[in-house]
Amino acid sequence: MSIWEYANPKRFMQTSAWVLPWVAVLALACLVAGLIWGFFFTPDDFRQGSTVKIIYLHVPSAMMAINAWVMMLVTSLIWLVRRHHVSALAAKAAAPIGLTFTVIALVTGAFWGQPMWGTWWAWDPRLTSFLILTLFYLGYIALWQAVENPDTAADLTAVLCLVGSVFALLSRYAVLFWNQGLHQGASLSLDKEENVADVFWLPLLVCIAGFVLLFVALVLMRTRTEIRARRLQALLARERLA
Amino acid sequence: MELSVSDLAVARGGLRVLEGLSFRLAAGRALILRGPNGVGKTTLLRTLAGLQPPLVGQVSLPPEAIAYAAHADGLKAVLTVAENLEFWAAIHGTDRVGRALEEMNLVALRNRLAANLSAGQKRRLGLARLLVTGREMWLLDEPTVSLDAASVALFGGVVRAHLAAGGAALIATHIDLGLAEAEVLELGPYRAKSPAAGGARGDFDEVFG
Amino acid sequence: MGALLSRDLRLAMRAGGGFGLGLAFFLLLAVLVPLGVGPEGGTLGRIAPGILWVGALLACLLSLDRIFALDFEDGSLDLLATSPMPLEAVVAVKALAHWMVTGVPLTLVAPVLGVLLNLPVEGYGWLVLSLALGTPALSVIGAFGAALVVGVKRGGLLLSLLVLPLYVPTLIFGAEVVKRGAAGLEVAVPLLLLAGITLAAGALLPFAAAAAIRINLR
Repeated sequence: MSIWEYANPKRFMQTSAWVLPWVAVLALACLVAGLIWGFFFTPDDFRQGSTVKIIYLHVPSAMMAINAWVMMLVTSLIWLVRRHHVSALAAKAAAPIGLTFTVIALVTGAFWGQPMWGTWWAWDPRLTSFLILTLFYLGYIALWQAVENPDTAADLTAVLCLVGSVFALLSRYAVLFWNQGLHQGASLSLDKEENVADVFWLPLLVCIAGFVLLFVALVLMRTRTEIRARRLQALLARERLA
Repeated sequence: MELSVSDLAVARGGLRVLEGLSFRLAAGRALILRGPNGVGKTTLLRTLAGLQPPLVGQVSLPPEAIAYAAHADGLKAVLTVAENLEFWAAIHGTDRVGRALEEMNLVALRNRLAANLSAGQKRRLGLARLLVTGREMWLLDEPTVSLDAASVALFGGVVRAHLAAGGAALIATHIDLGLAEAEVLELGPYRAKSPAAGGARGDFDEVFG
Repeated sequence: MGALLSRDLRLAMRAGGGFGLGLAFFLLLAVLVPLGVGPEGGTLGRIAPGILWVGALLACLLSLDRIFALDFEDGSLDLLATSPMPLEAVVAVKALAHWMVTGVPLTLVAPVLGVLLNLPVEGYGWLVLSLALGTPALSVIGAFGAALVVGVKRGGLLLSLLVLPLYVPTLIFGAEVVKRGAAGLEVAVPLLLLAGITLAAGALLPFAAAAAIRINLR
């Protein structure tokens, strides 16, 4: 049996109906455990105080903001090469979720930045990159909504996603070139594991797992909705033709 | 040169409209497509022109032999009649502008802007583009719209001359062009069956029982 | 190919609107910014490179939707797609025509507007060079965006939303060249990166744009 069998909408609906509750429960469990652990059972940082605890929202959502785009890139490629409708619809379903994660990352970043850097917003390269990523998400979603024929929309957004990925990467480096930024020099760099003590790191891992599972659950749910909407559209169009 | 279509199915907006269509069109022949509105004449012509892929089936003629004339003529209002044709002649690498102007009775209008032509004159200019392309297989979508009786007769003569010179034409029209030798293909019987009647189903139909 | 280029140039000349409007917009921006920011020369000189680049970019954006939309509406695009000319070449030539009627005039008037904005003397050469190198990328990227929305009615605003994020690297490197040039610093790195973007976009994006047009014509 090949993995592509799950690309059949009917098969996908059956499998996802079975998987979805489990993923959702697991996501909820991880998030509740990770956030409670992180917020209430970790010590305050000696320099940042309790503000540091926003990493349990900020870091996972920032990671998922990028991962969602990567997932859209992969599913768009699968659609272009193999023409599986589920793949295109999964990309469509993931975009608003990715946008939401991006906005959460920006907002939590502002809440954290205000006490740390003394400003809600700085044109730091990473902040700027995320702002640009927001624009890419908005354009992608707007194109899906503007094109009426669903297959045409799927093709065009897939092409946009491919080209957009290249330009998003290019923008990332252009922005680094443009401003070296605050993020790297900040007291707590999460890129470097050694800077984060285990007491912070373990609950953070649980939160990240929770966000990944939450993303999977939301994508599954939204893809199911898109498949149903698409089928409804097909039935209505057929009725009009008859 | 021969156009041969076998077991073709075409779709409009994701819906199958025609299926099981097979026919041949040899050089020197004309085929008239008939059928009620919405049966898929335009969709069929666009598919044959290579603008959209067929759902199933084969089209044997390469798109390079095809000159397609749609509802829209592709004229630029701010260019003159001659400039419009010269552009398409240059794109197709031919120099038949003078002859096309003569055959479509546009010589007197050659320096007039396309914006100042009547609907019928525009249509004649649009059809003159076919002559300029130098291609053999004409796919014509309602070519006689807004033409008067004299122009229809003129165009009928042009098509006949094209056939005599070894060309071929596939014409969707309800108007008699005076092509006595043309065969007629009625598209009604090839209308796609609805899934309820046992026809093929769309992607999102077939997978739900 | 020459025929398509000369036709597009002739259409732009006769129909008007397109590039005259872009230039007027560019001029307006250079007048309005000092009115908003204040007449102080040092401030204006410091922001001039960015303002001029943003202005050129927005002026370029104004006429993007005309690249394919007019040909789509009157049926020419169908006929071009069935013509012997590859659609990739059609895209490249039309982007070139767009650059010749917007990018070139913008580049030529930019130094004049630089005077209005107190651009330091050292910056003028770099301003012209960076615009000459960068505006072709704006036209090609814009042609890709225009190809995506060619089937969408009133796609102008959507086109801006799609194209502006794609303009970010060009804008950053282009403005950086002028900024560094005006400050008397080394400009080689951003200049080469800008040229690289233009070359890569010119080489690759016509294929993506042609694919988008084929999808839209289906």
